[in-house]
Amino acid sequence: MASMLLNSMRTCPVSPARAVQYAARSLSTTTQLQAQVQTKSKKTLARPSVKNIVLVEGVRTPFLMSGTTYADLMPHDLARAALQGLLHKTGIPKDAVDYIIYGTVIQEVKTSNVAREAALGAGFSDKIPAHTVTMACISSNQAMTSAVGMIAAGQCDAVVAGGVEFMSDVPIRHSRKMRKTMLSLNKAKTLGQRLGLIGSIRLAHLAPELPAVAEFSTAETMGHSADRLAAAFGVSRVEQDEFALRSHTLAKKAQDAGLLKDVISFKVPGRDIVSKDNGIRPSSMEQMAKLKPAFIKPHGTVTAANSSFLTDGASAVLIMSEEKALAMGYKPKAYLRDFVYVSQDPKDQLLLGPTYSTPKVLERAGLTMDDIDVFEFHEAFAGQIMANLKAMDSDWFAQTYMGRKSKVGTPPTEKFNLWGGSLSLGHPFGATGCRLVTTVAHRLQKEGGQYGLVAACAAGGQGHAMVIEAYPQ
Amino acid sequence: MSDFFFFFFYCSSHQARTHVSYELKDDVAVIRLNDPTSKVNTLSVQMQSELSEVMGEIWSNGAVKSAVLISSKPGCFIAGADINMIQACKTSEEVTHLSQEGQKMFEKIEKSPIPVVAAINGSCLGGGLEVGLPGAFDMMLTGRNIRADKAKKMGLVHQLVDPLGPGLKPAEERTIEYLEEVAVGLAKGIANKKVALTKEKGLMQKLQDTVMGLGPVKQKIYKTVSEKVQKQTKGLYPAPVKIIECIKTGVEQGREAGYLAEAENFGKLAVTPESKALIGLYQGQVICKKNRFGTPEKEVKKLAILGAGLMGAGIAQVSIDKGLNTILKDTAVEGISRGEDQVYKGLNTKVKKKALTSFERDAILSNLSAQIDYTGFDSADMVIEAVFEDINIKHKVLKEIEAIIPPHCIFASNTSALPIKDIAAASKRPEKVIGMHYFSPVDKMQLLEIITTDKTSKDTLASAVSVGLKQGKIIIVVGDGPGFYTTRCLAPMLAEAVRVLQEGTGPKKLDTLTTSFGFPVGAATLADEVGIDVAAHVAEDLGKAFGSRFGGGNVEVLKTMVENGFKGRKSGKGCFIYGKGKKEKSVNSDAEEILQKYKLSAPPSVSSDSDIQHRLVSRFVNEAVLCLQEGILTNPVEGDIGAVFGLGFPPCLGGPFRFVDSFGAEKLVSMMRRFEDVYGNQFTPCQLLLDHAKDPSKKFHK
Repeated sequence: MASMLLNSMRTCPVSPARAVQYAARSLSTTTQLQAQVQTKSKKTLARPSVKNIVLVEGVRTPFLMSGTTYADLMPHDLARAALQGLLHKTGIPKDAVDYIIYGTVIQEVKTSNVAREAALGAGFSDKIPAHTVTMACISSNQAMTSAVGMIAAGQCDAVVAGGVEFMSDVPIRHSRKMRKTMLSLNKAKTLGQRLGLIGSIRLAHLAPELPAVAEFSTAETMGHSADRLAAAFGVSRVEQDEFALRSHTLAKKAQDAGLLKDVISFKVPGRDIVSKDNGIRPSSMEQMAKLKPAFIKPHGTVTAANSSFLTDGASAVLIMSEEKALAMGYKPKAYLRDFVYVSQDPKDQLLLGPTYSTPKVLERAGLTMDDIDVFEFHEAFAGQIMANLKAMDSDWFAQTYMGRKSKVGTPPTEKFNLWGGSLSLGHPFGATGCRLVTTVAHRLQKEGGQYGLVAACAAGGQGHAMVIEAYPQ
Repeated sequence: MSDFFFFFFYCSSHQARTHVSYELKDDVAVIRLNDPTSKVNTLSVQMQSELSEVMGEIWSNGAVKSAVLISSKPGCFIAGADINMIQACKTSEEVTHLSQEGQKMFEKIEKSPIPVVAAINGSCLGGGLEVGLPGAFDMMLTGRNIRADKAKKMGLVHQLVDPLGPGLKPAEERTIEYLEEVAVGLAKGIANKKVALTKEKGLMQKLQDTVMGLGPVKQKIYKTVSEKVQKQTKGLYPAPVKIIECIKTGVEQGREAGYLAEAENFGKLAVTPESKALIGLYQGQVICKKNRFGTPEKEVKKLAILGAGLMGAGIAQVSIDKGLNTILKDTAVEGISRGEDQVYKGLNTKVKKKALTSFERDAILSNLSAQIDYTGFDSADMVIEAVFEDINIKHKVLKEIEAIIPPHCIFASNTSALPIKDIAAASKRPEKVIGMHYFSPVDKMQLLEIITTDKTSKDTLASAVSVGLKQGKIIIVVGDGPGFYTTRCLAPMLAEAVRVLQEGTGPKKLDTLTTSFGFPVGAATLADEVGIDVAAHVAEDLGKAFGSRFGGGNVEVLKTMVENGFKGRKSGKGCFIYGKGKKEKSVNSDAEEILQKYKLSAPPSVSSDSDIQHRLVSRFVNEAVLCLQEGILTNPVEGDIGAVFGLGFPPCLGGPFRFVDSFGAEKLVSMMRRFEDVYGNQFTPCQLLLDHAKDPSKKFHK
């Protein structure tokens, strides 16, 4: 959850030509050079006792920097747009879905079960139950795996999962003292009591309470933790800037090439039709080097340019049992296979989720890093990604902190986040998970791979990973 | 770590320097401090001379544009001057010379032609602070710990570096490396003028500086500070006064004069009895914080405490914050509710002071289980009872407990006076019974007095000591007997205090007399803190055990006070009246009336202020020496530590034994003989004290 500061860098001048030049030497980790693998020969992960669960479709609204075109909406409006987009794209009847689950992080108080409000607004049948989950940046991953669980348990056949985040407006509260006074006022019976309560209000009570951008258990902001993490793994400022530039450059290329097919157009009432992410801005190393550190001053390395920015956006996916999808005449995009959740020390290992979850999920699936054709990792901060890559490449770290015999290895650059990532496309906390999974499905189709891996970190020191298998084309 | 060390030893110069080394990183000289003989760095002679030498080499090397001073020890920059070095000096001149050598080095660093960045990781105390912060060279040091963020606000340090978590190396190692990287970057920045260190002074600051520079204002400041120091130290600690003197000399007569005054005064102070006393306490405390009794067979992981009163809850608080799973049991829900509240408040105070986060507080509290039944006692490793001081109740509890606890479980009694062997008499397994005497308030008082009987097993003792150390206590181990060591010393002094009160000295005056002698808490207030009921109980019990020697004041005074509800601070009234928000406590006039009823006439020959002070202290000291004579104490060091840290014996006197050494046993004995003539055997010096009086070469401390 990058700080508000990060908006400022959006005004940086853009020079795409320069950026492309740098993109070439972007990811500076060791890479295992492998030719594009033709994976059709690989075994499938289908198991006799486990139901095949498929991703039928995935969509998202364009991800916009907060405070831009979506500024006057409400969270459920964005979620509604994603749901309508999914309805439109799949043509599924509005009562053919068994359940709806949404993930979100900063809750709008009026729509705390945003899944229900959005479903009603999107025209789904009011007979479909809906609930909202929250698990920081892996909230929509949790929505999807909850759906998988319901289908696997045989309780549902078709579930819509999604996520939404709306940072253009966040709940800002009165101070605790003021709230207490106001609540007491409700109960006050006599004029005297009321006047007494009003008289007890002090100027200091009027100071509002902003939603915490800090970890509750440690009171440390995420950017600060990311900066310390980068330092702990010896990630330099240049490495971080290079990775961020790579993300923006690849995102721009993917956008220009029309690869981001999950993006739907959204007519914002009273405004233009939005059909593109607006945070993709390849800059140059020189421009990026000018920025001052955003969190640890003056010697820190995490800046606005190498962090993800505050984003508005929503996503939605349709998940079904394979039989049901086929019975309804759908051509599924991918199988959703093994997944894991992990959690670690929220202070010093806050953002190491991918490091912990990757080997675990591969083990579950019986795969190795070499088997994976498509990697989509959530990019919270460039420093966080680089730290994770270094951790995954260290036997010492695996042995000392993870109780494993050896390192899992790093994803090869040429398979990693090839269509941009959270740094460039944007990161609406609750919605990113569905984007990752849908992107893996689309990339597997496009690149002809068989297995994809999604991994992400989340506040609270948690993490997630999922293996996705291409649906035979 | 090994690579790291190898590298710099290799790079350091041809001479065999052991404490200080340096290497060049571009044009930055990285100077590393590392005393190979100790866990911490101190400003020893060796360290100082090597540092001087290295600085000389660096300054003569034209290629070096800046320097970084850093410690290779995780968590310690320089812990201050080397106490052994100061102690080894025979005369004040020697210390003055040492001090001047140190000053020269500090001055050199301060006047360094190239910028020197001190990268401080961990403790940086006393002289260490002066090395680290040459800019603040003239600072006065109070014995305070300052957190890093506070230090930055105060302007002591320029930049903070956060400790790192796990990375590709152990966190501590990488943190030092990172600190060095940042410091090298900063040093380069300062050298090439990219980083400015001084901020433009604001108008208010300029104004303040001008005003502070005015003669009369300065005089007023000196006066105010001196008065404050006088009030706090009661003139018993010479150092703070001298420090002000040095600053004054420095400001008025220039730096050179200031430095000279500082060195000379430091020399004088180092050889004062106060300095010896305090160094003695420091060293004694180091001894009492070590486990001298070996590792217990089974580590105590689950602790059960009986009684959720002030004591029980206090013990729970210092246990759970060290990660011990703790059961706090009382007989009533009200009891545990009050006890839990006490623990919460104790921890929450730390949250308010920002020593803990609210989250850490909650996590600590999760180690506590407050309950009114014996659930979980069957897996307890140790039970500490803090129930009412009545042998019958203790026996009942012990029997109940022994029916539930596992065979390895230790039973510790937190009694302040009942002999442990009497308590153990009811036990099926007396080898597992031990005394653990805590002091109230448990979270503030550092002492733990552990009492063994001749049946207590070695492993039981080892276990009790390791739990006590975990709880952060300074531990003395004493023999069994009524009142053990501490209570036994305190009782005669309190009996004397009651007599003094009966003789017409008011509680306030009594407090003044004792505090001006160096006791941090006055005798009347101390009685209120301990609890008048406890004092009465102890006086009666010990009176029975020791006879007329423990007489003095009339126990009925205390009993009558208790009957009237004046139990001390806990009941709101004792010698004084206590109330919320009251700063000045007022004398309880009802208690004065009681005293009036038991009034004695004060014999003029032994009732001067000084005589009253010595009557109180000599009874304390004589009883302490008797404890050593009888083998309750194994050595004078523990006697001094117990008296100072448990009972507030004046720290400037270093404890009863050091007091005898410095005051003179002979002088003390003759004084006691004079009191003996008036009051009888309460002032009869014990044999060991007489031995010391007879032979002046006999000292308790070498």
